[in-house]
Amino acid sequence: MSQKNRISGGQIDRSKVLTFTFDGKTYSGHPGDTLASALLANGVRLMGRSFKYHRPRGPISAGSEEPNALVQLRSGARQEPNTRATVAELFDGLDATSQNRWPSLAFDALAINDRLNTFFTAGFYYKTFMWPASFWEKVYEPIIRRAAGLGSLTREEDPDEYDKGFLHCDLLVIGAGPAGLMAALAAGRAGARVILADEDFRFGGRLNAETLSVGGRTGAEWADSVIAELAALPNVRLMLRTTVIGAFDHGIYGAVERVSDHLAVPLEGKPRQTLWRIYSKRALLAGGATERPIAFENNDRPGIMMAGALRTYANRFGVTVGERVAVFTNNEDGLQTARDLVEKGVDVVAVIDARPDGPLLPGIRHLKGAEVVDAAGRLGLKSITIRQANGRTETVEVSALGVSGGWNPNVNISSHHRSKPVWSEALQAFVPGEGGPQGLSAAGAAAGQMSTHAALEGGQKAAIAALAELGISAKADTVPEAEDRPLSITPKWYVNAGKGRAWIDPQNDVTVKDIKLAHKENFTSVEHMKRYTTLGMATDQGKTGNVLGLAIMAGLTGQTIPETGTTIYRPPYTPVAMGTLAGRSRGKEFKPFRLTPSHKWAEEQGAVFVEVGMWLRTQWLPKPGEKHWRESVDREVLATRKSVGICDVTTLGKIDIQGTDAGAFLDKVYCNTFSTLAVGRCRYGLMLREDGMVFDDGTTARMGENEYVMTTTTANAVTVFRHLEYCRQVLWPDMDVQLISTTEAWAQFSVAGPNARKLLEKIVDQDISDSAFPYMAAGNITIGGLRARLFRISFSGELAYEIAVPTRYGDALIRRLVEEGKAFDAVVYGTEALGVMRVEKGHVAGNELNGQSTALNMGLGKMVSKMKDSIGMVLSQREGMNQPDGYRLVGVKPVDPAATLTAGSHFLEKDAKPVIENDGGWLTSKVYSPHLGCDIALGYLKAGDQKIGRRMRAVNLLAKTETEVEIVSPHFFDPEGERLRG
Amino acid sequence: MAEPLHALTALGQTIPYTKEIGPYRIIERFDVALASLATRKGRDGEVRAAAAKAGLPLPDPARAASGNPYSAFWVAPDMWMVEADFATHEDIAALLKPLFGEAASITEQTDAWVRFDITAGNLAPLLERLSNVDFPAVPDGYASRTVIEHIGCYLIRRDIGSVVLYGPRSSAKSLFHALEVTARSLL
Repeated sequence: MSQKNRISGGQIDRSKVLTFTFDGKTYSGHPGDTLASALLANGVRLMGRSFKYHRPRGPISAGSEEPNALVQLRSGARQEPNTRATVAELFDGLDATSQNRWPSLAFDALAINDRLNTFFTAGFYYKTFMWPASFWEKVYEPIIRRAAGLGSLTREEDPDEYDKGFLHCDLLVIGAGPAGLMAALAAGRAGARVILADEDFRFGGRLNAETLSVGGRTGAEWADSVIAELAALPNVRLMLRTTVIGAFDHGIYGAVERVSDHLAVPLEGKPRQTLWRIYSKRALLAGGATERPIAFENNDRPGIMMAGALRTYANRFGVTVGERVAVFTNNEDGLQTARDLVEKGVDVVAVIDARPDGPLLPGIRHLKGAEVVDAAGRLGLKSITIRQANGRTETVEVSALGVSGGWNPNVNISSHHRSKPVWSEALQAFVPGEGGPQGLSAAGAAAGQMSTHAALEGGQKAAIAALAELGISAKADTVPEAEDRPLSITPKWYVNAGKGRAWIDPQNDVTVKDIKLAHKENFTSVEHMKRYTTLGMATDQGKTGNVLGLAIMAGLTGQTIPETGTTIYRPPYTPVAMGTLAGRSRGKEFKPFRLTPSHKWAEEQGAVFVEVGMWLRTQWLPKPGEKHWRESVDREVLATRKSVGICDVTTLGKIDIQGTDAGAFLDKVYCNTFSTLAVGRCRYGLMLREDGMVFDDGTTARMGENEYVMTTTTANAVTVFRHLEYCRQVLWPDMDVQLISTTEAWAQFSVAGPNARKLLEKIVDQDISDSAFPYMAAGNITIGGLRARLFRISFSGELAYEIAVPTRYGDALIRRLVEEGKAFDAVVYGTEALGVMRVEKGHVAGNELNGQSTALNMGLGKMVSKMKDSIGMVLSQREGMNQPDGYRLVGVKPVDPAATLTAGSHFLEKDAKPVIENDGGWLTSKVYSPHLGCDIALGYLKAGDQKIGRRMRAVNLLAKTETEVEIVSPHFFDPEGERLRG
Repeated sequence: MAEPLHALTALGQTIPYTKEIGPYRIIERFDVALASLATRKGRDGEVRAAAAKAGLPLPDPARAASGNPYSAFWVAPDMWMVEADFATHEDIAALLKPLFGEAASITEQTDAWVRFDITAGNLAPLLERLSNVDFPAVPDGYASRTVIEHIGCYLIRRDIGSVVLYGPRSSAKSLFHALEVTARSLL
């Protein structure tokens, strides 16, 4: 448990000791540590294995850009793979394991891949798995899938909750380093609504990792003082542990707040993470910069990391990665690592400086014009080989090496709308370009302002400029004093020495050799290079390696780096858990439900429910002793046809249409006429799309001179309403028509069967005899004085009504109908029985209203009035849609009544082969008719109206069924309609 | 005449439900009658005159206004939702129609909606997790259509600590669940 590499200083709380495990071994750390810093403090450099070669790996960074130190956190249902140890906040009892290794991290059997590396070069999938073709699905793909992936899931359900939310601000500041803090301060003091978000668990950015001073205090102290002031401003929202993951349209940014990841288990009721949608008027990217490596042979040894990370571990976490340390740099910033480490008492054995000129560091072995050509130490760095300016090589024992190839401004979010970053020769890096997300600017290192002073000043200026665009005046305060040293960098991308591999993208195991191979094989476009080598396609998205790769490609092609260009930056900036994207919408809360007015009653009866869109409808109501759903459904159908059945039809869309042009409006949206409908009557209507295909159907009643109630199918309730609104607002804005949905306002029940009237007569206050309330009548009635509506319409072919009351009385009405219905052996039936009866009657429904069928196909061609203009009328007259051999709706019966029909079967003539040329049409809806004692179906058959009585085959190649069928009229039941007029 | 029918609230109870979760109080309202009122083409003047005579406010877009016996909130151009006490205005459409004659289209909406009144000292933390309305910034009396957990709702801000939500009645339980779990997460 000794933290042998813990050194003095840092922003950790040494008064408290946290214990944690890694691969089952117990270690200790302190609050303020990350998992990576605590492991390094304990002398653990080896934390993972690479994806392809299973190379031993340690962290190369101290931030979210980490490609190597990916571990599994927690266990059981909370196990999370591929978590970056460099940002995992340490807590007491943290349980971490390494991944992508077997049997252990130190000895991994699949490290054999490393020995076979010559086979696993770029594009090896495409070259290796070409033949035989049949092997791909059954042999190659399973093998590759087994070998692929890093961590694992337990497949247990995630027990945590996730939340979502919406925030609004004048200025969103992304990143709380020197630029972000100054920007937030300027905007906050001006009274603007500010959100300051930072992915870290401590505000300050690089100020926490440096020894520099700001305004006479340490950078971290200055950051703390700014945060204290901002926290006191009611117009500023500070969001710690919050990563802005992407820029979306209209100033909207996505942000993930890790609410509970720093705790063993979220507090009761609290989400693990919250996905925020931030609506900003302006945004400022102050996300800093990411250091990049210089590639050299075996540069992936555990213990080799970015020089800035080495400095972060020392200054922020009080950790040295090794006892003997060297630094390899091509720029001035790398030297700061050497200075800081020496100051901390760490033995800096050499600084290898690729730049040939310039002053030497005092008191340190500073080798100018030198480079590191190799590194040794498979499970942890033991030595590096240095080639000095004079060509002489030497091997130096070290346990840690800091590498700095320069810093890349974090341009990702500014490029999320495909703005191309532009190359800065001075910085040897890309900076944000023009045409980024509207309202977004950049400041600090993200904008290429690399000194602390430049960042402080840049942040303030950018905030003032952004607010000025909003008409908010912000004052420029004195920028605190801070270092402002010029950048000195000599480009150095990789060390061209030896035949070994030099890593660019350590997570995906992409090496300099792979880039060279891609070049040789002509995958020179930066996007081709990316896909061919997989550079930047791992979970870190190549934050450390991408620029290196394209710079090397530029060198090979002779193009400049800006000519070579970058690949596309896409959200999310860092990986996001699927649960976070789902938020509260998971499991049974995946979507809201709509409950019918009879739901409570039906639940009490043990009804079986079916999801119809968001509605939960009664599918059937089993009675004691019924073991099969068919028993229940057959009983419901037979009882309805024999006496009376009740069904909740509230889900059908109901649209109230009023206005002096309501009738004329309906004439335009329906293909048949409604303006002539008498008040107190209803009519079946057919609605076409502009292209002449049937859109929806239903009955519409005229309740008053200028008042209609339209009924739609359940499925199309919303789309029809939207369509009508479009017609009203856009097509015919001069018409006097007002619309509103009343679907939810009325509980509506179908009461069908020979005794339907007798049952209703016991309930309603008015005379509803056939003469007083004939077929297709509609009107307002009362039930015990309560306002209600009655429509005499039938979907089942029976004498039937639909009765409606205000929804709050729906529960009472179903109970009243059931109670009064006992005298008639009434049943309540569900959607299955409803479906049986409509097929028996030959009514079209969802399966027939498939968006590809015309009124003519459905046998309703005569409904399309040519006496008036209506949507779809003209195009429904197209020649191709009116061929005599086109599809017609038919009824289908098996020749052998005991045979079964299969929905989706296709019609074939008796001896025809089952090929597309012989396809006669298909069977759309199939039910068992207890009335007829056999399966029956509806179908679309070519020239079906001319084939009534013909015997054909219904063939289903998928289900492997074939049934001899007879084509009949679609009206199986009471074709003359005597019952419904009874 | 048949026996009168009993009524159930949108949450399926005989009496409206009130839930207290920490500082949050969610009250199901069952005592408000609702009807839509839409001006017919070219009859704006008549509608405004009739509304003024009846003491029925017709607030500007995105606003709600209280009155006696009628209150109203704006829902669309030339369209409002009118509220009144259910006990005295159960058949609200029938009561409104004579006031406006053929100048307006009036439709009963009482049971199309579930209404929840939510109160707390400050509702911003709750509502920022539910709706994209900028609740702390909009004025008192603000009314807007919004989406809460995929459910289309109307939101009326009385003040920073008081809001009225109208959601589709059939989704009352789902909407209430969303309010409940979100309020709990803030404790």
